[in-house]
Amino acid sequence: MAAQLQHLGYEDKKLQRVMERVPCRDVQASTLLALMGEPEQCSYPSIFIYGHRATGKSHVMHTLLKELELPYATVSCVECVSVGLLFEQVLLSLFGSDSASLLSRSPSLSDFVRVYKQLCVQASAKQTRYIVLDRAELLRNMETNLLPAFLRLQELVEDNVTVILLSEIVWDKFRPNTGCFEPLLLHFPDYSKGELQQILSEDSHPSYSPELYSAFINILLGVFYSVCRDLRELRHLAALNFSKFVEPLEQGKVKEGDTHKLWRNIEPHLKKAMQTVYLREVSSVQWEQQLQMEEKEAGAVRGLSAHAHVELPYYSKFLLIAAYLASYNPARTDKRFFLKHHGKIKKTNFLKKHEKTSNHLLGPKPFPLDRLLAIFYSVVDSRVAPTASVFSQISSLVTLQLLNQVGHDDQLDAPKYKCAVSLDFILAISRTVSFDMVKYLYDFL
Amino acid sequence: MFQTPAGAAEEDSCPMERVILYSLLEPRGSGKTMYGMLQRIALSQICLLYSQLLLSSSCMLTFFCFLQLLNCILRELLEVKDINKNVLPVHLNGLLQTDDRIALKEITRQLNLENVVGDKVFVSVYRSYAVCFVPLQFIACSLFYCSFQGSFAENLAFLLEALKKGDRSSSRPVLFILDEFDLFAHHKNQTLLYNLLDVSQSAQAPIAVIGLTCRLDVLELLEKRVKSRFSHRQIHLLSSLSFIQYLDNVRSQLSLPQDFPDTKFHDEWNDGIKTLCEDQLVVDVLQRHYSSSKDFRSLHLLLMLALSRVSASKPAIKPTDLLEASRVCMVDSKANILHGLSILELCLIIAMKHLNDIYEGEPFNFQMVHNEFKKFLQRKSHSIHNFDKPVVIKAFEHLQQLELIKSMDSSTAKIQKEYQLVKLMLDHSQIMEALQKYPQCPTDVKQWAMSAFG
Repeated sequence: MAAQLQHLGYEDKKLQRVMERVPCRDVQASTLLALMGEPEQCSYPSIFIYGHRATGKSHVMHTLLKELELPYATVSCVECVSVGLLFEQVLLSLFGSDSASLLSRSPSLSDFVRVYKQLCVQASAKQTRYIVLDRAELLRNMETNLLPAFLRLQELVEDNVTVILLSEIVWDKFRPNTGCFEPLLLHFPDYSKGELQQILSEDSHPSYSPELYSAFINILLGVFYSVCRDLRELRHLAALNFSKFVEPLEQGKVKEGDTHKLWRNIEPHLKKAMQTVYLREVSSVQWEQQLQMEEKEAGAVRGLSAHAHVELPYYSKFLLIAAYLASYNPARTDKRFFLKHHGKIKKTNFLKKHEKTSNHLLGPKPFPLDRLLAIFYSVVDSRVAPTASVFSQISSLVTLQLLNQVGHDDQLDAPKYKCAVSLDFILAISRTVSFDMVKYLYDFL
Repeated sequence: MFQTPAGAAEEDSCPMERVILYSLLEPRGSGKTMYGMLQRIALSQICLLYSQLLLSSSCMLTFFCFLQLLNCILRELLEVKDINKNVLPVHLNGLLQTDDRIALKEITRQLNLENVVGDKVFVSVYRSYAVCFVPLQFIACSLFYCSFQGSFAENLAFLLEALKKGDRSSSRPVLFILDEFDLFAHHKNQTLLYNLLDVSQSAQAPIAVIGLTCRLDVLELLEKRVKSRFSHRQIHLLSSLSFIQYLDNVRSQLSLPQDFPDTKFHDEWNDGIKTLCEDQLVVDVLQRHYSSSKDFRSLHLLLMLALSRVSASKPAIKPTDLLEASRVCMVDSKANILHGLSILELCLIIAMKHLNDIYEGEPFNFQMVHNEFKKFLQRKSHSIHNFDKPVVIKAFEHLQQLELIKSMDSSTAKIQKEYQLVKLMLDHSQIMEALQKYPQCPTDVKQWAMSAFG
């Protein structure tokens, strides 16, 4: 590791500590440090740091600022539902507890700048102040003047302050349409496979050798690397599955050197984990419980998506079936499917080549209420009166989000709907009322 | 422009008899406000470095830094004694004063017409008198407003009254500087602009309004009544810099000033800069920057990056520093993001690229992308990329989060996520380039991307 981070303004000991805490990020840390300069120097007004999730953006920034004991404020934009909260947090962490009371109840940016200037005169710092805005992409959804103003805050408050924006999204998506002060763009590259291996191997289990843990990480990356490069996710998966990995060792079946046997043992298990834990089908607690219960096969517990079965009233089921048919069948085929004496329709005409199988690819089409009811009466065997309860069932299907109303222009007269359930769901429903769904679907003819 | 107002100031003690709206027009970032920022940073950095290297003094840290071109002029103006005592500058910024109410409060504050205690607003009679904003007869008027609590109408009335009471001969001139002028034009009814320009046109207190904006069509934003009161004087600061001048500028920006205490270091540094600017590599880099943009701010960014590589062990800028800095500036950020995607996500992007090619830029949904991806998997006998559909959906959502694909319809919650129409926000060439740079890209994926037919 290149720990030759040198800078005149800071003690070597502090820098050393920073380097130890940011593995595989020394290039980025030293670039940042060079840009920040010494504490007394004027720094660049705004720096925009982007990179994938879990590439150490906030971690490096936080470690640098904390270990070097610089005045800074870290604000997560997720928390700041109003700009007032944002201003308050910045002032609190830069100027101490009584500073935020100077702000009015719903402060504007102008108030913030005024208060900042006022406090700045009272407590003029010798060092550069830093404001770190995490998840900066959310700034775009706040007031339009906020982002351009923060980018040139140094000039507005006339203080030695640097705003650092952290985001996953590239700068091109941030630029306001009349332009703004261009920040300095820095990229945090993703960790390579080797680097991931190195970082993940650091937190090894105390009762086993680091080599064993490293071998485990190697296997884990072999399974998950092509899908997921998120360090946090991988670390979580590693922590969950390690106990399964060392199980044969504990039982004394295998020796520590025999990696092949260990691999044979863990690999199917990890593949199962990809389908369950990775997708949060099964919670981590459930997963650990499964591991303890030997006899139970992993994944035998029904995940979240297995609970898709919904109990519905009889007519609601048929209404939903009718809605599905109306959504996924073209209207011109209704005659052929639902009329007993539909006259002569040529099969070649009926099955146009280009329309085949395209409906389940393109998604549901909107249909009017009349068509839904016509199909409903046709598929339901018994005679149903168009009572208020049938109509209220339709609207309650909408509130359950099994149907969607499209085009909110007209609520009463001829509303249009779309069916919002999957094929598996509707097949399960039709099975309960013993209705042969596939026979009526144009795509499967 | 530097000379005219200052020159006029010398011969006339009250230079702002006529009201002028100087509209400083130029693209954002060409230095109308951030003049010499780099110089300041660079110099302070060099000096500190230097002081630690050679001697232990800190006296040279007092640099004259002009933040703004306008500030330069103001400073020139204020150096003339009469003006210094006379003129009251009021700085407003369209980013901060987002509506007229806030702007008005700011004006009263900057004119010292009130004291702010907590959130209560009091009018100090003596202060406003002392400011001599309006002469003696004004006292009565401000006494009248003693109890005013700061509603918008009252504020405006108060201010207008104050301005109207003034006359050419006795009251002090006020200089309004409106930064981001185009944003003021978006205020409701443009009340503030109307009133400012109206006062400037009629025989009331002498004021000057200077607007700074980057929009060339700023006059089209003004209402007719506002526009007619504007004096239509515009100053365009369009950069007409030749490359030779650009190079000169780089040299002068990087050079140490004459009054630098250690002449030896000063000479050494400046010689180093001179040879640097003649280096062919450096000229090439600067030429490339010059072709992409002529503004000084992006130049400052480049030089700042290069300067940050100077350290105690390496006390001079090398041509490679500049090359490296230019590489950081010019990098395609989307390519960087693409580099960090997983194989699965890359495969999805290739599938989308094929869909784009086949259907000529029509939007598509997840189902179609997945279908395309499955077609690729079927053709390969050894499919290592055989993933469950939910895993693929997760990858798709990640792409959406990175805004590499953008949802077409606004009501996202309404439609199932498989059927939401999306669009790929990447260029054909960007994808191919990213594929070339991708570490350990499987050959079959590469071939699939090359093949024209899905």
